[in-house]
Amino acid sequence: MATPSGRGRSAAARTLWPWRIAVALAAFAPLPCWLRQAMTGHAGPEPGRYLMEHLGKGTLVLLLLTLSLTPLQRLSRWQGFSRIRRQLGLWTFAYALLHLLAYLWFFLGFNAHALLADLSRRPYIMVGMAALAGLTLMAATSHRRAMRRLGKSWKRLHRLVYAVLILGLLHYFWIVRADLGEWAIYALAGLLLLVLRLPPVAKEFSRQGRPPVTDA
Amino acid sequence: TTRRKTVVPADPVRDVVTPFGDASQYNNFYEFGSDKDDPARLAGRLKTDPWSIRVDGAVHQSRTFALEDLIGADQLQERIYRLRCVEAWSMVIPWIGIPLASLLGRLQPLASARYVGFQTLQDPAQMPGQASSTGLIDWPYREGLRLDEAMHPLTLLVVGNYGRVLPNQNGAPLRLIVPWKYGFKSIKSIVRISLLEQPPATSWNRLAADEYGFYANVNPKVDHPRWSQATERRLPNSLFHPNIIDTRMFNGYDEVASLYSGMDLRRWY
Repeated sequence: MATPSGRGRSAAARTLWPWRIAVALAAFAPLPCWLRQAMTGHAGPEPGRYLMEHLGKGTLVLLLLTLSLTPLQRLSRWQGFSRIRRQLGLWTFAYALLHLLAYLWFFLGFNAHALLADLSRRPYIMVGMAALAGLTLMAATSHRRAMRRLGKSWKRLHRLVYAVLILGLLHYFWIVRADLGEWAIYALAGLLLLVLRLPPVAKEFSRQGRPPVTDA
Repeated sequence: TTRRKTVVPADPVRDVVTPFGDASQYNNFYEFGSDKDDPARLAGRLKTDPWSIRVDGAVHQSRTFALEDLIGADQLQERIYRLRCVEAWSMVIPWIGIPLASLLGRLQPLASARYVGFQTLQDPAQMPGQASSTGLIDWPYREGLRLDEAMHPLTLLVVGNYGRVLPNQNGAPLRLIVPWKYGFKSIKSIVRISLLEQPPATSWNRLAADEYGFYANVNPKVDHPRWSQATERRLPNSLFHPNIIDTRMFNGYDEVASLYSGMDLRRWY
């Protein structure tokens, strides 16, 4: 993912703060809603599973949204999309952590032995953990200081996001038991976003973007 | 009038009957979709009356029965059984039905019959899950038992639960309950019963043989490749009480152990 440029930051920060706060609220909003459903008996007889599944799909949605920001910005030439990239990346990480917490709590009962058994034997757990490790690395290096210190390798490190997407989709694929329909929607969206990154496609794509709009 | 029989053997602390609302709203019945609430939402359109069942294969005479001719109201019994899903959750449910053995006796299987095969209705117009183009199951749903398993007194042919006629999403109008096996063996909305000399192909086994064996006996020592079977989540549970309990061999129905004496249950999972 591209490094946000330093130029005009203060001006953009001033004008874009309502947008950024709105995005933060929208990203946060599902959490209290799901928790409320789970606490009030509206999430069925297994509310922990409800939370875990919603958090897992939420992670994937946030990841896909994060990856759609660069193409959206190229298309619209609007700064706002790149200004929420780090935020959405961190929300993705937060959802993934909560998804893990739900699994440890409601499925394993915080049993360390059961966790070790799952980690050593079950490919979909290993793949999910690897995806989370990737997100953790990116979250830990998402601040300005890490960006400066890592220089060029920051960008290379944050290309991990493509691996995380593929691992996340694989993790979901291995959980599907009887119908691939819903998974296929996420996979197609992910594939589209990956294809847009292929150099020839990306070049063509950015040429077709509309002329820049003044963002006053 | 039905005779009541409790869970065998009962654990008075754990084995509390699951509320009807949970047992009828949280279902795996892929004919109606793959989400747990799809069956309760979509099974209403299934027409269960009239209902006929084809009986064929190694029997004295192949024929088609109307449901009411197959199961007389005067034979009904109530049994409270634990239901252990292969997904590692479980419930305790009162069923109403007849022992499968009493029906098989009347059908007069030939001496060559060794297995019983079952089939669920196939009708995408009534069962939207069967119309899905991304589904993985090869319809109709099929299950099967060894004849001695089918004849075991715990094996029930069920027409009701919770003192009433089966809700459609629980497998109306006629389903199987084999309480010592994972729930997917207990096939729903049965339209065909076949006496066979060879083991029938069964749906989940055909889809993923390494995950779902033909026997599918509840066994805490043999993991599903994707999760442990050592414990189960007894439902309903809550966020602060996940209610994770140890899974018992044969789901606690030790009296079936003799059916498998001498068999390596790791191999014949």
